[in-house]
Amino acid sequence: MVDRAWVASRKGLIELRRRAGGWSVARTSFVGDPVSMVLPPDASGRMVAALNLGHFGVKLHASDDAGATWREVAAPAFGPQPEGATGPAWKVVMVWAMERQGGTLYAGTLPGALFRSIDGAQSWQLDEVLWNQPGRPAWSGGGYDTPGIHSISPVGDDTVLVGVSCAGAWITRDGGAHWGQTAHGMRADYMPPEQAFDPDVQDPHAIARCAALPDVLWCQHHNGIFRSTNGGVRWDELHAPLSSFGFAVAAHPADPLTAWFVPAVKDQCRVPVDRALAVNRTRDGGATFETLRAGLPQHDCYDLVYRHGLAIADDGTTLMMGSTTGGVWASDDAGDHWTALPARLPPVYALRFG
Amino acid sequence: MPLVAFTSQLQRFTETPEIRTAAATLRDALGAAFEANPRLRHYVLDEQGHLRQHVVVYISGRRVVDREALADPLAPDDKVYVLQALTGG
Repeated sequence: MVDRAWVASRKGLIELRRRAGGWSVARTSFVGDPVSMVLPPDASGRMVAALNLGHFGVKLHASDDAGATWREVAAPAFGPQPEGATGPAWKVVMVWAMERQGGTLYAGTLPGALFRSIDGAQSWQLDEVLWNQPGRPAWSGGGYDTPGIHSISPVGDDTVLVGVSCAGAWITRDGGAHWGQTAHGMRADYMPPEQAFDPDVQDPHAIARCAALPDVLWCQHHNGIFRSTNGGVRWDELHAPLSSFGFAVAAHPADPLTAWFVPAVKDQCRVPVDRALAVNRTRDGGATFETLRAGLPQHDCYDLVYRHGLAIADDGTTLMMGSTTGGVWASDDAGDHWTALPARLPPVYALRFG
Repeated sequence: MPLVAFTSQLQRFTETPEIRTAAATLRDALGAAFEANPRLRHYVLDEQGHLRQHVVVYISGRRVVDREALADPLAPDDKVYVLQALTGG
């Protein structure tokens, strides 16, 4: 049974445990400090939390005992910025994404850079090939002043796909020796019409992969939902009920036809449609969707589930989501029914099982 | 010799030695403090060696002007305070 989840929040890292009476808060670390992302424990209990201290910058802390004790480790950082370099300053503003694949840790940052660590976050190496893409200085921000990498999806040792707001999706299939744009088919309705299908201007809010069939990818984009069945070579637009605007997407780990989304009205009105929280689920690859509401607030609700705020467990049926106003809801039946966490949390940046 | 002191807010994260140094510039004075506690450096400066955006430094009541090269001169009786700026929350 899935019995632990982690909430990276505006005011600390919150560990949730499921006991007889349901989910509840078990422990909070870094009370008062913004935690932008968390990498849940591996089999040995090793985990990493990324802090974004308001005054003193990005800091990483690691734990060897699943969050009982922490120690500061190296944070991703750029080398000296060359004279005359264009684009955003070579300064890590935030760790927006962290993933683990084998012995490699990945960190995606604002500004839009990918870092790797092969020594458990004792040191980090910038992916210079991606950072030195000729068009990279022209990448634009999405929700922040600088562009950023929010989604990292590694497959094996050599393939990594990243989602960039706003520069589409990029993929390497040779461990970072070469990178290429892989957002073809995405459509941007916030651009002049002739640039709508330019992959370099796309704003994927989040990209999630089906673990069992890794060629299947889902994207909640700034103005739509897209799916790829060929590892990102081509994306097809889907149309969900209520709204296709939102931030979060969860891909079923085994069923390539099933995914979940949390719609909001639109970019200029980031609240649930009719101020009633809902989850859209497709079980047929996006041909149709069901709108799930049982147990979710259906009036006076302003909860927005941010891009890392919706999680699916490995069992494919346990879901949890956390909102920008601190609501958390869990489901044991793939979203058919939801139960609110009996606590009001800080704004939720990320929620992960593990 | 100039005195260098840090906001007590930093003590949550790392030691903040209060030092006296013969340094003639802010850069060298901070460098002396970082020698006493190397971890302090990346709380105060970013990876380009600039003052972090939401860190502010006063030298005997004067707000530091040069936030990148840290070339503000120090007089022997100056007091340097490294503080959190309210812009950072």
